[in-house]
Amino acid sequence: MSPNNLSIRGRHWFELLTAQKDQPSSDSPKSVLKADAKLGDQLARFLCIVPDPEARFPMVREGEVGLEEAYALATYVKEVSDSHTSGPRRPIIAVVDVKSQAYGRREETAAIYHAAATAADAYATARKLGHPVITLVVGQALSGGFLTHGYQANRILAFDDPGVVIHAMHKEAAARVTRRTVAELDSLAKTVIPLSYDIKDFAKLGILHELLSVKNVENPAAEDVNHVKERLIAAIDDARNKPTDLSIRWESPAAATSRKATLETRKAMFAQWDNN
Amino acid sequence: MAAIPETTIAEPSGQEQLKSFQRDSFIELNGRERAFALIDGGTGREILGPFDRLESPWLVQQNITPQFDDGCIIVRGKIGGADAVVIAMEPAFQGGSLGEVSGAKICAALELACRDSKNGKPTSAVFLLETGGVRLPEANLGLAAVAEICSAVLELRHHAPIVCISAGSVGSFGGMSLIAGLASYVIMTPEGRLGLNGPEVIEQEHGIEEFDSRDRALIWAIDGGEQRFATGLADVLVRDDISQLCNAVRAVLKSGLPTIHRSQQIQLFKERVAKLNTEKQIEPCELRNAWKREEGK
Repeated sequence: MSPNNLSIRGRHWFELLTAQKDQPSSDSPKSVLKADAKLGDQLARFLCIVPDPEARFPMVREGEVGLEEAYALATYVKEVSDSHTSGPRRPIIAVVDVKSQAYGRREETAAIYHAAATAADAYATARKLGHPVITLVVGQALSGGFLTHGYQANRILAFDDPGVVIHAMHKEAAARVTRRTVAELDSLAKTVIPLSYDIKDFAKLGILHELLSVKNVENPAAEDVNHVKERLIAAIDDARNKPTDLSIRWESPAAATSRKATLETRKAMFAQWDNN
Repeated sequence: MAAIPETTIAEPSGQEQLKSFQRDSFIELNGRERAFALIDGGTGREILGPFDRLESPWLVQQNITPQFDDGCIIVRGKIGGADAVVIAMEPAFQGGSLGEVSGAKICAALELACRDSKNGKPTSAVFLLETGGVRLPEANLGLAAVAEICSAVLELRHHAPIVCISAGSVGSFGGMSLIAGLASYVIMTPEGRLGLNGPEVIEQEHGIEEFDSRDRALIWAIDGGEQRFATGLADVLVRDDISQLCNAVRAVLKSGLPTIHRSQQIQLFKERVAKLNTEKQIEPCELRNAWKREEGK
């Protein structure tokens, strides 16, 4: 955390992986980092959302994903899929540390649901076209923020670190909405895995491709950075050789136990669809 | 009692007037009735209905009563003579929320509609979105299902139109509203609402100054069907009436796939957002001028 309590993980890892500072362009918000950098011998596009304390929209200043962020992401992703001419399609790496979507009246008025859909569309379209879309969760990946930035990837990697959280809603709000105390929620999450805020439990759902061990996430050594790069390259190679849909998430070994209901439902739907 | 002068109430016109007020409310129907109401008579067949007893494995563990259809009704049939699948969220069960089972039902149905469409039997999908979004007692599996449904919607959208309806009562909020963003057509009534963050959630996060969740006029001015239609985010606005909704669905399906989907118009929306004055709250009426829907669309 930086002194003003804003997470710096996203920017930090973006800069470590790309060996570049962001190249801000005049028509896009400073909260969206974009760089093209080599991963092994291939050029990849890296994208990251970071806090901008001076952002035009007040409700995104702590790193939330808002309207401008979503449309900028969509633009940058589409640039990659549109510019493809021949050869292997360029990978897109989403470096994710988003505390949520923007909770604001301005955002609702200007249809943030639509902005989120536009970014998800761009990411999913790139994936279906054959661009390996790899998400690296370095911090928080919450709710609509993650749906907008990262959840449409072919492969999701996350650091095995207590600061890494993938969830539908932050803990205090989830407790409030479900009329529980945070302690009750924590205790329930020990048996009800999808409720858990622990990334190790999330890994049990089978949605993650890999949980990465990094010695020091906030201040990594060169060997940690190299290790992460290697795993990103491996994920890209894996994605290139497999279906471009999201089936890997429920066909994974972990999903066989934790998502039994998903698999049963799918099987039943396929059986009944054609039978009268 | 004085006799009513004949001249003030002409009987036939009074009846006509009364008739014009009479409607068959769509909103008063439950999810299953809504789904069947859209399908051509006699062609509907529910898939994975309550008798299949596919229910959430997570709710019982939290002392919440599950439901045998997991609050999601899937009906295959014809609409206007063409193949379609209707996907209805049941507003009365867990606020129309999306759990693991309902998510898997929807995702698999979309995949099958896509398979059939690719095999020469175009099958469109019609969503009845009365939903608060991800079901929090199934948190991460609900959110994962939203991402999977988005992907399946985009896949089917290459082959057949996707229609989203927000008719009203619960409205469409949370992650499921992304489906409306991805849809080929959005149909709303003035009672319908479409947004990402519900008013209560915004108020909780940023206080009553940001959003007064008890201010119903404000909520509808922002998320309501009339506003979404006036700003070009919904394609059709109809009254809460079964036949009007049926006609609207048939009309948009008949027009086929749009040349460009709304969620592909990145530049247009990017420019629109860039022009917004963010110094103060955005007045819904000002947005109607700035984002005026194109004539005839």
